[in-house]
Amino acid sequence: MLLIEIKPNTCDFCGCCVGVCPEDAIELQEAHIDIIEDRCTNCAKCVWVCPFEVFVFNKPARKQPAES
Amino acid sequence: MSEQYDVIVVGAGPAGSTCARYAAMGGASVLLLEKDRDIGMPVRCGEAVSNRSLERIVDIDPRWIAATVNRFRLISPSGHIVEPDLGGHGYVLERRIFDYDLARLAAGAGAQVRTKSYVDGLLPGNGRSSTDLHKPAGTLSPSKDTSPADGPSPAGHGWSGVSMTWKGERREAHARIIVGADGVESRVGKWAGIDTTTHIRDMETCAQMTLTGVDLDDDVCEFYFGNDTAPMGYLWVFPKGNGMANVGVGISGMASKKRAAIRYLQDFIARRFPGAGVLTTVAGGVPCAVTVDTLVKENVVLVGDAAHQVNPMSGGGITSGMIGGRMAGEAIARALRADDLSLLQDYPKQWEKEIGAKHRTYHRMKSAVYKFPDETLDDIAVNVLRLAPEKRTIWGVFRTALRHQPKLVWEMVKTFGLK
Repeated sequence: MLLIEIKPNTCDFCGCCVGVCPEDAIELQEAHIDIIEDRCTNCAKCVWVCPFEVFVFNKPARKQPAES
Repeated sequence: MSEQYDVIVVGAGPAGSTCARYAAMGGASVLLLEKDRDIGMPVRCGEAVSNRSLERIVDIDPRWIAATVNRFRLISPSGHIVEPDLGGHGYVLERRIFDYDLARLAAGAGAQVRTKSYVDGLLPGNGRSSTDLHKPAGTLSPSKDTSPADGPSPAGHGWSGVSMTWKGERREAHARIIVGADGVESRVGKWAGIDTTTHIRDMETCAQMTLTGVDLDDDVCEFYFGNDTAPMGYLWVFPKGNGMANVGVGISGMASKKRAAIRYLQDFIARRFPGAGVLTTVAGGVPCAVTVDTLVKENVVLVGDAAHQVNPMSGGGITSGMIGGRMAGEAIARALRADDLSLLQDYPKQWEKEIGAKHRTYHRMKSAVYKFPDETLDDIAVNVLRLAPEKRTIWGVFRTALRHQPKLVWEMVKTFGLK
């Protein structure tokens, strides 16, 4: 499941994230960016390096403890 | 629709255009592809170069120069100012014009230049059909049991060309040699099985603004250091003439985990240039690593940021990328003339001898310096200011900074032939 999200209209298309992505999971065109879901391992390197805070890492919701 | 060239260069930055130019000058038919609609824009760069390195690689056109710089000013966290002797001067370029002209020089030498061309895969050399960019990673190799990392492809000549979209249309172009000059976001190398991923520690993540209406010395480049200003990196203020400045910050990806580059830049500009107009705000990334292990794999060649040919200490990559581009372009032309692709290996050998080894030393120096806390940085500035004026050179600064690491100083002296 993809946990990383791109905030719309914030990306400057600089390629920093592509440079650190170990899975070749980011498609970056002149003014278009996409995460390739099949390849992304949610490692969050793109989230860490982005100069403009374009990426959001959505922590998976914790499983609710079973009611006793 | 398909076309055939001797060489396809992916990316028309300084390294790609220079490579295309020298390959074309050596008699090759060259296709130079750029994904953006124009060349040289947007500018993602501090735009500063030293006069000597630029003169060595190209005949300088005065239109490229926004400002000539005679002084470097290094500012420590507490505000100690050191102005080391440069032993030359620097230029702040107008890269919108510079990059465009380098592509024009390539075209003048006979290369075909094509913008709006988004390359999304390599075509295998054994006549298989085009790659599909949305397949999972790894399927871009010629076949699974002979993945590129394991050696030559079945056909023995690597890759036959590239697939791309051009104005929304699928296209293919074929060539004997493919050059990845696709910058920090390089994927050509990855598709060929070369590990070009930059470690986040070595990725300098940058935010930069072009300001107007600022008051500063037009012949000084300023560099600010410190944990609150630019952790594991530096902030630059470079003059561009007419009250304009290129102001930017680069911080390591490790620091960027906590706070993004743009926030450091906004804070600094609010403090230092509160009334300035902002012409442009752009993001960028600089791979401040050692050169990639493999510059040539079969018929795929990497140059510039795609090959991590940036000086890892300064983060400067314009001239070193152009030198890489020229070495590669010349080796490509020789290999094609002799009809012997093994001659491509001249390029990595030449790079290692002339620049690669130096960049490894710079990388070790950077790794040492970036660990310094603010107190150490201030202490270095104070100690440099105690040196006799003639000893306050860039090397004087490094010697002082690394005085507790004699091994590294010795390596510096050996690598750079210092006395």
